[in-house]
Amino acid sequence: MLKERYKRQVTPWLYLVLPLGLLGLLTYLPVANMFWYSTTNWDGIDPHKQYVGLANYAKIAQNPDILHALFNSIYYFGGAVVQIGLALFVATVLSYGFKGTNFFKGFLVFPFLLNSVAVVLIFRYLFQGPGIASHAGGMDYLLQHLGLGRFVTQWLGNPHIVNFSLAGVSVWRYIGFNIVLFLGAIQSINPELFEAAALDRANRWHQFRYIILPGIRRITALSLILAISGSIAVFEVPYIMLGGANGSSTFVIETVRIAFAENRVGYASALAVILLGIVLIVTFIQRNIFKDEQVDLV
Amino acid sequence: MKRIDTFKVIIYLILSVMCLAMVFPLIPLIFASFKDHQEFYDSQPLSPPHNWFNFHNFYLAWTQGDLVRGFLNTGILLAISLVGTIMVGTMTAYAIDRFDFKGKKLVVWAFLLAALVPGVTTQVATFQIINRLNLYDTRWAAILLYTGTDIISIYIFLQFMQSIPRALDESARIDGAGHFTIYFRIILPLLRPAIATVIIIKGIAYYNDFYTPFLYMPDPSLGTVSTSLYRFIGPFSANWEVICAATLLVIVPTIVVFLTLQKFIYKGLSAGAVK
Repeated sequence: MLKERYKRQVTPWLYLVLPLGLLGLLTYLPVANMFWYSTTNWDGIDPHKQYVGLANYAKIAQNPDILHALFNSIYYFGGAVVQIGLALFVATVLSYGFKGTNFFKGFLVFPFLLNSVAVVLIFRYLFQGPGIASHAGGMDYLLQHLGLGRFVTQWLGNPHIVNFSLAGVSVWRYIGFNIVLFLGAIQSINPELFEAAALDRANRWHQFRYIILPGIRRITALSLILAISGSIAVFEVPYIMLGGANGSSTFVIETVRIAFAENRVGYASALAVILLGIVLIVTFIQRNIFKDEQVDLV
Repeated sequence: MKRIDTFKVIIYLILSVMCLAMVFPLIPLIFASFKDHQEFYDSQPLSPPHNWFNFHNFYLAWTQGDLVRGFLNTGILLAISLVGTIMVGTMTAYAIDRFDFKGKKLVVWAFLLAALVPGVTTQVATFQIINRLNLYDTRWAAILLYTGTDIISIYIFLQFMQSIPRALDESARIDGAGHFTIYFRIILPLLRPAIATVIIIKGIAYYNDFYTPFLYMPDPSLGTVSTSLYRFIGPFSANWEVICAATLLVIVPTIVVFLTLQKFIYKGLSAGAVK
């Protein structure tokens, strides 16, 4: 009997050894090392790591490139707000269950599943064609056909425009994800509420305002908060598109460049620590909202 | 007489415009893939190709651009990493959900906390570990990272396992089955729907991942779909019609998977998001 209980204590660890080992090796050890490296001026190769205190952090505040990259997140956050608004509208409309709306849903969701390099190439060709001055991209031709020729511009070449273009790509790519989330939340609202509303002759606006909106408030708040950390951690699309050139750099692009092209592992680690700090703060705020709502439900 | 519902008409109109906006970026690329070199430079991007059966660009992309190797390498990574992810995820979920032991709370917290750390933030330091393990520029770098840093699958398995009645394990135990038999013969088969979800969402994620192979496997012979396509840009910059065809080749499998598994994908996306 005692042996049996002893076994029940030991057995789970047999299953956890490998997962916990990997978790420690690939998540916790890197995080700990990152804090350590950030206080050194290590180049990634030298066996000796010289302690420099908080000098790396002091340098960050004085680096205009990094501040500019951080500033660029605002474009992506703006894009995310537009995206959430549009997704809210689409999800509401789709939830009415009109004929054929599933067909529309597919079109709005598929970009989310596409390969990021493919997404970049699609838009590079759309924005600037084959990259020869005499050949414009499809975007410019569309504008001309629509009589909006005066809006034709260097979508990727103009530093004042490039971040709007890239944020637009991000909206195109991620809107479907928000639609799926919102639609799931709307469908989990108690259908009796809608039946009661119909009896009270509530119109569609009232249904939206008093049933749907409160029902998905939590997931909307969640999406907005995730958009903050998401827009600071943007990496792949601007990196593959332009390597961060033309003023399109982001915080993660700067970090990767400093770490892997300039081999300044210490300095890059300080940047990564800051990024991790921001993401963690944002996530804790999100968790707290999550908790409040659960308390409300009881 | 049926009254025309103006509200409905407006909704359909708005949705149609939005869908056109979603599809439009792909149109010049699709057109270009079927044009030959001269036609590509003589025509404008919104005019359709003369010959919709001109597959020459696809042939060039397939044979000259390392795309075949990219698909093969991605296939290998996908197969091994998915098996690894499923093993690690189900074992963790089994231990946490089916056993009461000292330190369980701590273990759950360790995984919960790790879910908050986005992978891209720690690459500077993770890179040093992969390097120290001598796995830099080998397939095992990506396999280890995919298998070892995936918390979402653990959530999905844990959630699903809670709905498998414990009475099944107990009756098996009374019949003399050991913990491994229960895990392998009872729990794993019942987890099939959750395994399918994980395969779909993780499969798509691995197929699309760029930064892991880009940072850890620079050797072109280890190129994945993403990095092989990325390496198209330089050498083919004078032949954008071939780049367009290559891009289309990379997209088509995703679209096929999406069309056939649409319902599962929607379910998987919401399951993975609400962690």
